[in-house]
Amino acid sequence: MGIRERLSGNEAAAIAMKQINPDVVAAFPITPSTEIPQYFSSFVSNGQVDTEFVAVESEHSAMSACIGAQSAGARAMTATSANGLSLMWEMIYIASSLRLPIVMSLVNRAVSGPLNIHNDHSDAMGVRDAGWIMLFSENNQEAYDNLLMAHRIAEHKDVQLPLMVCQDGFITSHSIENIELLEDDIVKKFVGSYKPEHYLLNDKEPIAVGPLDLQAYLFEHKAQQAIAMKNAKKVIKEVSEEFKKISGRKYEFFEKYKLDDAEMVIVCMNSTAGTTKAAVDELRAQGIKAGLLKVRMFRPFPAEEIAEALKNAKAVAILDKADSLNAAGGALYEDVTSGMFINNVNVPTVNYVYGIGGRDTTVADIKSVYKDLEVIAFEQSKQVDGTKIKVENPYRYLGLRTK
Amino acid sequence: MSNLIEIRWHGRGGQGAKTASLLLADAAFNTGKYIQGFPEYGPERMGAPITAYNRISDEPITVHSNIYEPDYVVVVDDSLLECVDVTAGLKSSGAIIINSTKNGEELRKYLKGYEGDVYKIDARKVSMETLGKYFPNTPMLAAVVKVSNIMSDEAFLEDMIGSFKHKFAKKPEVIDGNMKALEMALKEVTKV
Repeated sequence: MGIRERLSGNEAAAIAMKQINPDVVAAFPITPSTEIPQYFSSFVSNGQVDTEFVAVESEHSAMSACIGAQSAGARAMTATSANGLSLMWEMIYIASSLRLPIVMSLVNRAVSGPLNIHNDHSDAMGVRDAGWIMLFSENNQEAYDNLLMAHRIAEHKDVQLPLMVCQDGFITSHSIENIELLEDDIVKKFVGSYKPEHYLLNDKEPIAVGPLDLQAYLFEHKAQQAIAMKNAKKVIKEVSEEFKKISGRKYEFFEKYKLDDAEMVIVCMNSTAGTTKAAVDELRAQGIKAGLLKVRMFRPFPAEEIAEALKNAKAVAILDKADSLNAAGGALYEDVTSGMFINNVNVPTVNYVYGIGGRDTTVADIKSVYKDLEVIAFEQSKQVDGTKIKVENPYRYLGLRTK
Repeated sequence: MSNLIEIRWHGRGGQGAKTASLLLADAAFNTGKYIQGFPEYGPERMGAPITAYNRISDEPITVHSNIYEPDYVVVVDDSLLECVDVTAGLKSSGAIIINSTKNGEELRKYLKGYEGDVYKIDARKVSMETLGKYFPNTPMLAAVVKVSNIMSDEAFLEDMIGSFKHKFAKKPEVIDGNMKALEMALKEVTKV
């Protein structure tokens, strides 16, 4: 089972879309996600998919076209990056509040300015509160697999929320790597067909989509979105377990890499998790108990589960590939630490903002973080009465040039 | 990952260093290896110095960073020797392969005392004789395969004919010339 291939992350995303064969794809090209609609449009031209490809004049229009198509009862997909997502921003909220399970491939890139086309997570972090499910992918394989699971999660009757699959621009989107694909018929059967309960083209049930929603109801509708996001956790778990049966690949809310007995733990997302695995392996070979918690499911955020997984660590570093510029800490750091606090997990933590604008992050960089964690753990171990230390300067940089 | 081989390509925009790195990844993939092939994207201009990378291993590769301590360096254009630190981090157990007509003594002047092996090949001559045009990347691809011993000459040539048939599906007339370029380059690359 499975087809051994070598593809870039963008090719992997485009192949997933080909196998999903959605009704509508509307996209506007932007680096580094451009290749996804480019490859997909050739599938359309070659008759390999039945999709209506809408070549729109902007990303705002791309998301608007997806909203229109999905409201009508079609399955719609798109791909974008950075400023493309920024231009969609108004429609991003409308997609989720209309409960339209649109699926997006987001190839993460720094949001301008100044202009930068390289990877960080500032685009994704800009929409973290927009009501989209957000799955992050370490490599081309995960970008492919997450997309194959996306519609089953997003369209589930207890969820009905849009979903974005993130991967790192250039670092994985433009790197050719090994991948194992599933056969077309297996994907087709797994993804299934889209059967919306309510849709505009149903002449037996005339409905209005997106009407005025004032003081009397908006609050309740937002609460329903929040419930759907909570429900998504259960559905993501179920769909991931079912996906394992057809692929052999196990996906959870987060991946625990040598975490169970780890004393020094790094929490991060996307491609840096792979680099961190290499660092963990090197440190383990020296007898240092390093571990990794790689967040796959960022929205909904598995706060309680992450807190539980970190409770036996001696020191934890959370790596943010976007700076929240809030004089307090990055988005992932704040989510993880608040989850720990609420769940009574008191382990010294530290935040590193890293990789901004495509700054390369090496195994040596990651090992320097584990080194810092050893110092923090040592300071903690000196507290004979077990009192928790206060980590000085917990909002730090990794890889920032200071000269 | 003791069997990991890391390669850094230095070329100029338009010379096909990125394509060569992807073809090398392809060829190694086809022999059952785990591979990475990726360029370092900067301003994309004809003639500007560019860098591309390969990782090749018998085991899955998880590292996602550029390569700073390569086993092999390929220099597709010897004018880069004057402006790029091509031996930076290059392991002394490895080798550098340069497209040049300069002799060993001249080449070593640019290599900052690099202690490992230095290979050269006149990729222009190979390309002009086999393709009638200057495409240095095909000879350089064969040269790095030969020097790094990633796979046998036979397995490499057999695999490349498949790759070229795919890559040049719309220009089949160039396949023969490219195969000849590979064969000739495998013989022409010499240690200096």
